[in-house]
Amino acid sequence: MTALLGLLRKEVYHILRDRRTLVVIIALPVLQVILFGYAIRTDVDHVRLAVVDPTPDPVTLAIRSRFDAAGVFRTVAVLRRTDALEQFFKRGTAQGAVAFEPGFSEHLARGLPARVLILADATEPNTGSIVQAYAAAVIQGYEREQRQAGMRVRIVPDLRMRFNPTRESSNLFVPGLMAFVLTIVSSLMTAISLTREKETGTMEALLVSPLRPWQIIVGKVAPYLVVGFISVVGVILEARLAFNVPLRGSVTLLLFEGLIFILVSLSLGILISARTSSQRVAMMGALAGTLLPTMLLSGFIFPIESMPWPLRAISIVVPARWFVLVARSIMLKGVGLAYLWPETLVLLAMALVLLAASTYSFNERLES
Amino acid sequence: MRRILFLAWAEVLHVVRDRATLAQVLVVPVVQLLVLSNAATLRIANTPTYVVDLDHTSASRGLMTRFSASGFFRVAGQSASPALANEALLRGDVTMVLTIPHDFESAIVRTGLAPIQLTINAEKGSAAGIVQSYASNVVSAYAAELGGTMQRPGRVAETGTGEQGAVRGVSRIDVRTRSWYNPTLNYKHYMVPGILVALVTLIGTLLTAQNIAREKELGTLEQLNVTPITRGQFIAAKLLPFWVLGLVDLAVGLTVGGLVFGVPMRGSLLLLFGSAALYLIVALAIGLWISTLVETQQQAMFVTFFMMIVYLLMSGLFTPIDSMAPWMQMASELNPVRHFVTISRAVLVKGAGLADVARPLIILAVYGAVTLSLAVRQYSKRTA
Repeated sequence: MTALLGLLRKEVYHILRDRRTLVVIIALPVLQVILFGYAIRTDVDHVRLAVVDPTPDPVTLAIRSRFDAAGVFRTVAVLRRTDALEQFFKRGTAQGAVAFEPGFSEHLARGLPARVLILADATEPNTGSIVQAYAAAVIQGYEREQRQAGMRVRIVPDLRMRFNPTRESSNLFVPGLMAFVLTIVSSLMTAISLTREKETGTMEALLVSPLRPWQIIVGKVAPYLVVGFISVVGVILEARLAFNVPLRGSVTLLLFEGLIFILVSLSLGILISARTSSQRVAMMGALAGTLLPTMLLSGFIFPIESMPWPLRAISIVVPARWFVLVARSIMLKGVGLAYLWPETLVLLAMALVLLAASTYSFNERLES
Repeated sequence: MRRILFLAWAEVLHVVRDRATLAQVLVVPVVQLLVLSNAATLRIANTPTYVVDLDHTSASRGLMTRFSASGFFRVAGQSASPALANEALLRGDVTMVLTIPHDFESAIVRTGLAPIQLTINAEKGSAAGIVQSYASNVVSAYAAELGGTMQRPGRVAETGTGEQGAVRGVSRIDVRTRSWYNPTLNYKHYMVPGILVALVTLIGTLLTAQNIAREKELGTLEQLNVTPITRGQFIAAKLLPFWVLGLVDLAVGLTVGGLVFGVPMRGSLLLLFGSAALYLIVALAIGLWISTLVETQQQAMFVTFFMMIVYLLMSGLFTPIDSMAPWMQMASELNPVRHFVTISRAVLVKGAGLADVARPLIILAVYGAVTLSLAVRQYSKRTA
């Protein structure tokens, strides 16, 4: 036991001494919460709108003022002709445009359909669609108000946004960020720290010491567990304080699932280190094998449902995908094991298989 | 000048000889382009929807068909039980529940005003907003369609009192929408020009940082320092091959993007490559600067990786700049990646000309001058 404590102390010194790495481990999650909270958003707001109004009249002026009053739009230019629009879109000074036809109110007064065209810069398709929908809603709102004796059929959708009524983007990324941080600390750092002992030859020294193999692993891995746990708690705290991210479900369950995920990541880290001999290869392996899938294929940023089937198939074996799903459900929906047992079982199975595989590789390497 | 060329040629030989580097330069970008453009999509399609139809009339069935025919929704379940729908929503099987009340059709016929209920899983906040706007489009299109069929007799009856009819506002405002530059709403046309920038950045910054760090590690940097070559010549020779490589990579990526994804190339390619040449100076200078900070290749990789994450997330590559918090938008002005992403999208997708992208180009030029001179100064200080 004293030997194990000694190894633990040595490992803690290692972590504390390598300032550059420590700063990256601690700064990265903090910075990412800020980046994701403020930069990775897709809310459409303050839309820069150009108006083409060849013959301004009371009706078009009324509609224009409704656009200004809607709160979503900011009129950047009022033009006479549509040709000038092109330039606005190309420079990005306008994101959307509303073009009235000449003699708009005259047409309305004569009972003819008065045409209005809504243009959106759909380079980014989602923003384009939302801008169109907002603009159409403004004009329809005006029309509805004008026509009290509603001849047309109206279907009024009663909208309910469940689980995240204000549609806060930040609520979404925190569970994913937890998975990301745990992967960095558990897989990447473990793999590097174990291969470093190999590269410098000190692993041999550890192996001939009275320490048992499992004690070596525990001694090497436990400090990173603590660092990972601290980072995760930091992420949750920062997210709660800065962005008011809810935590509706059971904290115990969340920590329990987190523990399974940490086990999975640690086993992956040990597995990578057992299979590689240099830090550089270990780092590349950890990057390609754990970090990138966690970022791209876990549904953390990009919805899995939108991906083509080969990527969806690969995402099934990405542990982070299941953890993100579970963590999100617990935090935002507040559901318990009754709903989450299949995902939990998948995570448990992954943990068992990977633990067995990594222990096997480590022992095999010891004997040879 | 000859010295520069010699050293640059040595550098090219290094790259060509080392299989790993060659793969990093030629294969990895293509793979990244293929995977990223498929994975990094915020496209919303086939939203799984649960329909609770309590009306069971032709009107309610019509609404349901419009939803499934729109391509944005897929009816994943259907029953008359709100409890089952809630269950499916909680389990995460469906993203939206459409509830049609039992007097839906009769309400339309009697009053022309019918309520329905849309419950959207808003866990993914932004996606929910888009689902909502698609759903509203489907609903209002269907309402207009119903209104058209039901109104016709009424309108005919009213033609006699034309003047009065107009006053009562029977005539409608005819709203049409058009999506410029990306009429099919293809998300890949948005992502690929951005991913190309990420590729060029990675090549420029990571390879430069790693390359110089390796010379340091191996001790060959010291040897170069005692040769008659000047610092300026050394740096020019080091950066030149990677500058060319970056442009080659852009060409490769552009070809793949055009052939595989049919990415539009509406603007002048000369303008794009000219901007890339300018941008690469910035990327290379950052790589040079990183190499002066680190001792080993591993540290070079770690630091580059860290900076890349911050740069790429703040560049508007994945999510629009306009959606960022206002102070974040200001901060991202300092990010060179952002400006080249803007140029790349404007030129390729919108067909913008030199005058349209003048502002980001000037900013890039300023950055190029500043970062390069800073990196060179830092570099000479370190080794002096």
